[in-house]
Amino acid sequence: MSEVKRPNPLFRNLTSKLAASPMIFIVLVVFVGSTMWTVASSFTGIKTLPIFTPQEFYDNWVGWDQYVRLWNTPRWITSITNLAIYGILYSGFAFVIGFLLAVLMDQKIRAEGVFRTIYLYPFALSFIVTGKVWAWVLNPAFGLEKTVRDMGWTSFSFDWLTNRDMAIYTVVIAGLWQGTGLVMALMLAGLRSIDDEIWRAARVDGIPKWRTYLQIVVPMMRPVMITIFVIVASGSVRVYDLVLALTQGGPGNSSQVPSMYIYEKLFVGALAQGTAASSVLLLATAIILIPWIIVEFGKKSRE
Amino acid sequence: MHSVSVKNVSLNFGAASVLKNMNLDVEEGEFIVLLGPSGCGKSTLLNCLAGLLELSEGQIFIKGKNVTWVEPSERGIGMVFQSYALYPQMTVRGNLSFGLKIAGLPKDEVDRRVARAAEILQIGPLLDRKPGALSGGQRQRVAIGRALVRDVDVFLFDEPLSNLDAKLRSELRVEIKRLHTRLNNTMVYVTHDQIEALTLADRIAVMKGGVIQQLADPQTIYNKPSNLFVAGFIGSPSMNFLSGKTIEGGRAFQFGDTRIDLAGYDGGAVLERDQAILGVRPEHISVSHEAPSGPSIPAVVEIDENLGADSLVWLMCGTKEICVRVPVEGRLPAGTQVHLALDIHKASLFDAKTEQRI
Repeated sequence: MSEVKRPNPLFRNLTSKLAASPMIFIVLVVFVGSTMWTVASSFTGIKTLPIFTPQEFYDNWVGWDQYVRLWNTPRWITSITNLAIYGILYSGFAFVIGFLLAVLMDQKIRAEGVFRTIYLYPFALSFIVTGKVWAWVLNPAFGLEKTVRDMGWTSFSFDWLTNRDMAIYTVVIAGLWQGTGLVMALMLAGLRSIDDEIWRAARVDGIPKWRTYLQIVVPMMRPVMITIFVIVASGSVRVYDLVLALTQGGPGNSSQVPSMYIYEKLFVGALAQGTAASSVLLLATAIILIPWIIVEFGKKSRE
Repeated sequence: MHSVSVKNVSLNFGAASVLKNMNLDVEEGEFIVLLGPSGCGKSTLLNCLAGLLELSEGQIFIKGKNVTWVEPSERGIGMVFQSYALYPQMTVRGNLSFGLKIAGLPKDEVDRRVARAAEILQIGPLLDRKPGALSGGQRQRVAIGRALVRDVDVFLFDEPLSNLDAKLRSELRVEIKRLHTRLNNTMVYVTHDQIEALTLADRIAVMKGGVIQQLADPQTIYNKPSNLFVAGFIGSPSMNFLSGKTIEGGRAFQFGDTRIDLAGYDGGAVLERDQAILGVRPEHISVSHEAPSGPSIPAVVEIDENLGADSLVWLMCGTKEICVRVPVEGRLPAGTQVHLALDIHKASLFDAKTEQRI
């Protein structure tokens, strides 16, 4: 009997490695590579043409100049403030309203499928359509305000769309109308995954229904909640076309959001300024997500 | 006064009738087991007792009080579920005390009850752990504890051991029996496992199709099943059924060409019936090489299964398969010609048309 040498570990599971290699390539080049390029180019003064070689980067290097300029631009400050308002209100209300709707849907109601479709339907529309529809509804000249006034309440006023201080809140309303249905559907799936015996045990224990929801069922839905949070939060960071269709960032610059600022700079001859703004958003997202990733996945590997 | 009383209870889900005019009286301190195959309505009946399902008709009394329309938490019952149904985000202590706190009990009373339950169920060291960190057996103990702290007269168990492995199941079975001896509460216990039913119950209610087929103590259920269904459902391996007819005015049973004398049969008037079924349990048949003096049936050994303590011999008697439980020393090679003698005193005779025991 002759001894057989251990096979080269490089060739173990070779087919799996081959199958995974395109994905690995895409992740490295598209995600990691592009991100690194974006961050690196934000430290240069390039205007329109992207650069790639180290020599070019060296020649165009300006240090933190782009970031200094960015944080001295009032439009950027407005944008980032609006993003914070939109993100917090949209995520918060989408969670609360979506959960309440899901709870109502969970009461073994008749024609549940019809209601689910009604609430989920706006999600099937694009942000452009949603934005345009709400722009009409909220337009004081022929929308909600005019309709109510025509019905007799002549002093009625609802001019958020044309009000500098309130315009961003119309974006929140339209966003909620569009996105709450999805949150509801996900929450409902989460509620349905709770074993019926938990409910029965709580009834025997004499726990009121609302307390069962808040103190037993919601904690059990934690994984679903986290998924929903990631979907909702990433959706609010990306917000762009909704604002474009609804307010065009106006009146003035009052409802601008960062993605509009970035888009504009990238394609109107201030490339590096755009990548600097992108990097800030990237950093902000990372600051929110990384602690959660560490807590959530770190815990799992220890268990 | 009965501890639990079910009066003319019916339950319909749409057109399907799940419980049919059910009547059941449970004595104070009695351990009653609802036994039956899945879909027989046993869990449904338990949920009705708990108040988790609304009745279509009938009334339910607990300790003499009509609780038909009373909320589960107000009925004076505690319930243990198959999936344990513990609240996963709370510690064991939290699970035990949550209901009590909501009910507004003072803190020292809550602590006293939790401590007592922990002592009885030996879960003291687990009180500050979460259910996720417990084994199946420990979880079910906590679930029993949650019923225990409610300080109620009636315990309802819904297949509490089905999710456990065989060894834990037998351990917890003994534990539940011990708990009953110690607390002497009324217990209503649903299972599809006949061993659990036979070992735990003071009385067993065998159910099928929403109807109680037989309600009696385990010994009677086992020895004198009231109909063919109960006879076939209880016992493993199940009773041997020989189809034939009764002859000579009910003095004998004819199975194929064999005449089996019915002298000593423990039952009602046999009479002459042209379609009858003789049921004999595997342990009530003896095997011998020589034809015995009394009635006997010739058979051929097919398979011999050694179970350790005894062995099961499967024989062919013409085209009919018969199972016999014999001591291990009496093991038989396949193909052996033997004679079977039946213990008529312990056999059951059924009318093939009505399926009822004679």
